[in-house]
Amino acid sequence: MASALRRLGSAAARRGLSTACEDTKKSLFQLPQAGGKSSNLCSAINQALHIALESDPRYRLVLSEMSPIIPKPNISLLPSLHATDNRHSYLFGEDVSFGGVFRCTTGLADRYGKSRVFNTPLCEQGIVGFGIGLAAMGNRAIAEIQFADYIFPAFDQIVNEASKFRYRSGNQFNCGGLTIRAPYGAVGHGGHYHSQSPEAFFCHVPGIKVVIPRSPRQAKGLLLSCIRDPNPVVFFEPKWLYRQAIEEVPEEDYMLPLSEAEVIREGSDITVVGWGAQLSIMEQACAGAEKEGISCELIDLKTLIPWDKETVEASVRKTGRLLISHEAPVTGGFGAEISASIVERCFLRLEAPVARICGLDTPFPLVFEPFYMPTKNKILDAIKATVNY
Amino acid sequence: MYTGMVTLQVLDTVFYEAQRQGRISFYVTTIGEEAINIASAAALTMDDLVFPQYREPGVLLWRGFTLQEFANQCFGNKADYGKGRQMPIHYGSNKLNYFTVSSTIATQLPPAVGAAYSLKMDKQDACAVTYFGDGGSSEGDFHAALNFAAVMEAPVIFICRNNGWAISTPTSDQFRSDGVAIRGQAYGVKSIRVDGNDALAMYNTVRAAREMAIGEQKPVLIEAMTYRVGHHSTSDDSTKYRPANEIEWWRMQKDPVNRLRKWIERNGWWSSEAESELRIDVRKQQEKLLRETIERHPRDYPEDVPL
Repeated sequence: MASALRRLGSAAARRGLSTACEDTKKSLFQLPQAGGKSSNLCSAINQALHIALESDPRYRLVLSEMSPIIPKPNISLLPSLHATDNRHSYLFGEDVSFGGVFRCTTGLADRYGKSRVFNTPLCEQGIVGFGIGLAAMGNRAIAEIQFADYIFPAFDQIVNEASKFRYRSGNQFNCGGLTIRAPYGAVGHGGHYHSQSPEAFFCHVPGIKVVIPRSPRQAKGLLLSCIRDPNPVVFFEPKWLYRQAIEEVPEEDYMLPLSEAEVIREGSDITVVGWGAQLSIMEQACAGAEKEGISCELIDLKTLIPWDKETVEASVRKTGRLLISHEAPVTGGFGAEISASIVERCFLRLEAPVARICGLDTPFPLVFEPFYMPTKNKILDAIKATVNY
Repeated sequence: MYTGMVTLQVLDTVFYEAQRQGRISFYVTTIGEEAINIASAAALTMDDLVFPQYREPGVLLWRGFTLQEFANQCFGNKADYGKGRQMPIHYGSNKLNYFTVSSTIATQLPPAVGAAYSLKMDKQDACAVTYFGDGGSSEGDFHAALNFAAVMEAPVIFICRNNGWAISTPTSDQFRSDGVAIRGQAYGVKSIRVDGNDALAMYNTVRAAREMAIGEQKPVLIEAMTYRVGHHSTSDDSTKYRPANEIEWWRMQKDPVNRLRKWIERNGWWSSEAESELRIDVRKQQEKLLRETIERHPRDYPEDVPL
């Protein structure tokens, strides 16, 4: 059963996720040309890391306030500006030196040296704390946590140090150069401790950003934006897609805007919101719904905090219905925040209750994974139920 | 160093009394640990980065933080660099390389290692220095930080103020190891235990540690033995869990300030006249400053407390 699901997921992913309308109006970033080299997610991330380590200068950006939506573009952060002094970005974590357990960091230690790309002891609180210290000195610190399931020892450092570093000092200090990367999500056989989606815990922390890409092309641009964003960012990578998802990824340096959701499929009957690997499942459900005459508008949130409420609200005002889907357990999941915020804004426009099709409220099971997961059929059923409410 | 220690004592007294009078909400004294604070600060340079716990305002005082700036943070007024966001005693100053205090215990240790590594990569003639207490040495971050410092070969000095108490918990309930210095050894960090109430010993130890840390690019752990004469904070009454005569004994017999005073008096550099002059001066200065601070920012002062 699990392997059947994996095959299904991989077939869908190989089909290629639709990458949508490049809306240049909202964005201050240079968007990539169409086309590029066929890459999987892990390779796209590797490319992004190469670029960051190659070119990023020391962080001298001082903001008078946290920039919530779009960071003010600073000339020293724009891509393709090759600083002569590029020693100031570091990448570290468990096993990153030989290439990492998912091979996302291949070639980096060889190219940039062991003092900039290195293994750390097996200690997540140390990894993140060390990264905070590096970032406090103006460096780019890219910390890898081997699996999102293991990020919890670092939770104190993230919540009590990283997220409050700038605020508590009255902007005398900051650790904006910190980016924490971790693979998250179902992989077909991960069980309790290799499949978790802990994003909701982090979305409750003012002072950090949480970003989740859905595909290789998105991942490269978003990761570069996260690394260059002047705030500490937690970047969750959908491990299911590391090898499964293949897309045309531009070879050059490019960034995608944070806190801008993307409408990847336009529709008129219901708004469907998600992030990460779940979007490919949702896309299948939308295709299925279309056959039954239901037009779905699919939105990729991309940045979970601060999230783009305006785009989702505008869509719900159009469709009058909302469905949210995520792998994490439904209770207290980030879908609850989206639901509550949209109901606040669109109460009178809503034609039906907001639906959440999410993981069950249990630890992530092994053999029962197909029952736990928010599958295409569960989503399709909910779309129909919501439309026919 | 001596005037620094006396100023710190007076500062502590004035602010402690201010809290008792309802003028500020909270305060933490450094009584008994003046030597650790001032002497360690004196042995460092301004380029060294300080990652404090919360009982090291003396380091900031030594570096040049003014009595006014201390008052601003405690009152949380408009002139506070921290913008009134944190409780009193959570000082921070980027121009003095003193990272803002956070209440969480030992969370400053791993970042100190990261910052030290950055200094090493930049080939700076400086190190990172981080302070914590005997209680802090039980936290996971302590172990994380020491291990990282050893593996990364970071020029960081860990200074443990072993003052015998973590609020009401004595060290016998804190660990069963032979203090904290042995743990540094276990992690491969050069460690030393020193009498924290001996200002000269403290100074020399930190000086040597700094040379070692920067010269060899390796971490050093200093366990400074002392006693927390004051209460944990203004929210604490330590007579509830330890005998009053124990506190008195340490205050009278082992006071680091008295000890240094006796030494400088014996050397003919100080006198009891100079002593009272200094104390009266600093006290007057501080009281005047408090009054002015309140007058300057009346809205940041509780309404129901008379001036």
